[in-house]
Amino acid sequence: MGHFVPHTDEELGQMLADIGLSSLDELFDVIPEALRLAGGLAVAPGMPEADVLDEMGRLAARNKFGSDLVCFAGAGAYDHDIPSATNRLAFRSEFVTAYTPYQPEVAQGVLQALFEYQTMISRLAGLPVANASLYDGASAVVEATNLSTAATGRQTVWVSGGLHPHWRAVLHTFAKGTGHVLVDVPLRDGVTDWTQAPLAEPPAALLVASPNYLGAIEDVRVARTVADSHKAHLLVAIDPVSAGLLRTAGDDGADVVVGEGQPFGTPLSFGGPYLGLFACRMEHVRRLPGRLVGRTVDTEGRPAYVTTLRAREQDIRREKASSNVCTNQTLIAVACMIQMSWLGTSGLRELSLRCARGTRYTREAVTAIPGVELVASVPTLREFAVKLPVPGPAVVARMAEEGFLAGVPVGIEGGVVRDEGDALLIAVTEKRTKDEIDAFVSALEKVVR
Amino acid sequence: MAEKRTAAPAGKASSAPVVGREHEPTIFEFSSPGRSSASFRTTGIPEWGPADLVPAGFLREEPIGLTEVSERDLVAHVTRLTHRQYSVDLGAYPLGSCTMKYNPKLCDDAASLPGLTSVHPSTPEHLSQGWLELLWSLADTLCRITGMSAATLQPPAGAAGELTGLLLMRAYHESRGETRRKVIIPDSAHGTNPASVTLGGYETVTVPSDHRGLVDLEALKDRLDAEVAGIMLTNPNTLGLFEEDIAQIAAAVHQAGGLLYYDGANLNAILGVTRPGDMGFDIVHMNLHKTFAVPHGGGGPGAGPVAVSERLAAFLPGPMPERLADGSFTWKTPAHSIGRTHSWHGNALALARAWSYILANGGDGLRRVAEGAVLNANWLRHQLRGAYDIPYDRPNMHEFVASTSTLKKEKGLRALDVGKRLLEEGFHAPTVYFPLIVDEALMIEPTETESPQTVAALADALIRIAADPEGESQKAPRTTPVGRVDEARAARTLLPTWDAVAAESVGSPGA
Repeated sequence: MGHFVPHTDEELGQMLADIGLSSLDELFDVIPEALRLAGGLAVAPGMPEADVLDEMGRLAARNKFGSDLVCFAGAGAYDHDIPSATNRLAFRSEFVTAYTPYQPEVAQGVLQALFEYQTMISRLAGLPVANASLYDGASAVVEATNLSTAATGRQTVWVSGGLHPHWRAVLHTFAKGTGHVLVDVPLRDGVTDWTQAPLAEPPAALLVASPNYLGAIEDVRVARTVADSHKAHLLVAIDPVSAGLLRTAGDDGADVVVGEGQPFGTPLSFGGPYLGLFACRMEHVRRLPGRLVGRTVDTEGRPAYVTTLRAREQDIRREKASSNVCTNQTLIAVACMIQMSWLGTSGLRELSLRCARGTRYTREAVTAIPGVELVASVPTLREFAVKLPVPGPAVVARMAEEGFLAGVPVGIEGGVVRDEGDALLIAVTEKRTKDEIDAFVSALEKVVR
Repeated sequence: MAEKRTAAPAGKASSAPVVGREHEPTIFEFSSPGRSSASFRTTGIPEWGPADLVPAGFLREEPIGLTEVSERDLVAHVTRLTHRQYSVDLGAYPLGSCTMKYNPKLCDDAASLPGLTSVHPSTPEHLSQGWLELLWSLADTLCRITGMSAATLQPPAGAAGELTGLLLMRAYHESRGETRRKVIIPDSAHGTNPASVTLGGYETVTVPSDHRGLVDLEALKDRLDAEVAGIMLTNPNTLGLFEEDIAQIAAAVHQAGGLLYYDGANLNAILGVTRPGDMGFDIVHMNLHKTFAVPHGGGGPGAGPVAVSERLAAFLPGPMPERLADGSFTWKTPAHSIGRTHSWHGNALALARAWSYILANGGDGLRRVAEGAVLNANWLRHQLRGAYDIPYDRPNMHEFVASTSTLKKEKGLRALDVGKRLLEEGFHAPTVYFPLIVDEALMIEPTETESPQTVAALADALIRIAADPEGESQKAPRTTPVGRVDEARAARTLLPTWDAVAAESVGSPGA
């Protein structure tokens, strides 16, 4: 259809004549004849706008969600409420259709929003500097391990068995290029047992998530002590919602704090775009991956914002850059900043509290079902794992018929969590009401009977 | 006349004048202790306190101080920020290599359907058939557009696609029992290419461009040996020129046992005209945020799918959507997959936008895109002859490179100054100082969505700037929310947070 090329036929003819051509095909004379596509693309002809929306609506209607499939799944993707203010503001077209702020004079809006985002992530992490975002939680842990291996000159990273199994998988994928050695440190009763780490080679870093994939709160201070004994970095993956109630990872000794920022203002979106959170100590700022916004002044001395320490980045440092990140998740970071502002100081605590309350209420009711037991006895905050008399995947399938996304199947093998198995990981957000939880528990009781 | 009123409470008023060039306070300066916007739904769940929920040793003592503002002040603040931001919806972005085309509003609505936005990524496949069908259809169509045989949609950005592609290259060679150390890239390549090569565990070998601005075929042949894993090329290249010798390049690289990687940054120029697969490429990444109208979002999210030829399909990241004989869809991980490259399935909503864009354009419309882009760029190059140096003045594709080399000698006009002056003229600056092989480079890509009138206005503005009296352009920009920004100071005195600003100027933050 070509709806989006505005030229009239007359204008096309005139422009071609201006450059000495007589047809659009001649524009491509520089392409050898043998390489030119004869007969056009094997792609259906273009559709009018309303037909496209109908087709997209048809696809959307083939997915179950919301009240048809009440969400008790988490695993790093959480069903939170998003206020109208966040949706209305973050999707203003000045943000949506802007380019990367390489021309700061016309990009103060995005730059200032990112500066405010960085400030909030820094406070959340308890570390003095945060970048302007990475792709997702997985990319944030990859970049954190790259920072530590580069800074220490060591190649090994100890990875807690409680890390998100998909993040662990991504770490392994990229380690094929960097040659980093990833050593699993197993869980014991749901939390990392650092005494089980092999002592052969001193690690560049310890990587732990708190709460971890099973929802268990890890003791970051213990991990710090172990890291100190090897002069290694401590990398901590936080959940930004849990952070509202838990001690700050930076205060407990993290060198780098990473996380998945989706819970603040981004819908479930079938897994993306999400938001990689990244904050670190000031001594590591020159190895910080991705963009960093700093405050400065313009020629007249007025406050102004600009991407800074650009010499770290791939477009300048090229093959010597420690990260290849260019495009990031700016728009998601802007939405996150707006959502955090809307929540505010008391709202973040309240959100965390409400998730913890719903989780406790659900956990107590679920574990009261005969045959259902917690996978681990340690404290959890917004998510917990249970063993059931029926395998997890079967529970998910049958609970779907009752109108619930019951959770995410999970297993533990050799002390390391896996994304498949017979147990079930259940998450409860502030969105779940007592009535929904009661109905969920009744259905579960029926399903596992 | 008026009675003296009582002292105002501390903090910024939302009606502070911000029109024009007054700076906008940070959100933290609007904060007032105890104020809040948040509201939470009624749940009926017991209201346990923090101590009932978190063991004392883990519980934080004080809330994290974010900010304490009303929704009204938040909305005013953020709206004023948008007034300090240029965007495609405001005007043209002739930003070479970035393909800043207009993004149809249709795609915003298509990607906002609750049936897409509200679906949990772990939803069992029989309950998410719509998403699987969408992703499978997009991957299949991207293969048709690029002439490849299978595609992963996981990489969330172009650079992530590059690294994924290099790991595929590595897996391929390893499967043949070969260890190859080097990857060749042209001297005109994007910075992400060499950075990705390093992260992929390879060494970069640079091949020079010849007098035509194309890969020097003889120099390339000199560099090809059993250590070369492959070559990364953009075609058209970053000068906007089509690599005419691509068939010979492909034959030479394949002859040496290497693979060809296609950096899809410039794919917009060849849609429906020629395909990387037909040129001999083995691996292709696409920037959906360039070619397929996913808006840039101020720097992301994008999407960087990677398509490969048949012999590399078994190595792709998984799980991937697959179509079964009965027409339903399932997840499947290829036999020799390199593993995941994303937490879930990639930037799914960006992928949905791209799919709606492809549906609207169709095969015929996509070719029209390439025609419009190439016509606009060639027409503009013709207009700028005489005003600027055109170092490679030959038929270009969707973009071309001009230079102020002569103007700099004559009157000190640099590429940077042209960019800043253009901001005053209502256009975004072109890409400057890239590619690195051109002195004072202005890399200009008008895109197909700009009308002939807009492209003509851009030409007029650029010609006016070239004629500026000496010293005039260095004063620009004078009409933007801020003037030239002191970047050196930002790096020298790093202030990455409001807390750093407050610590720097105790007692008068923001002064």
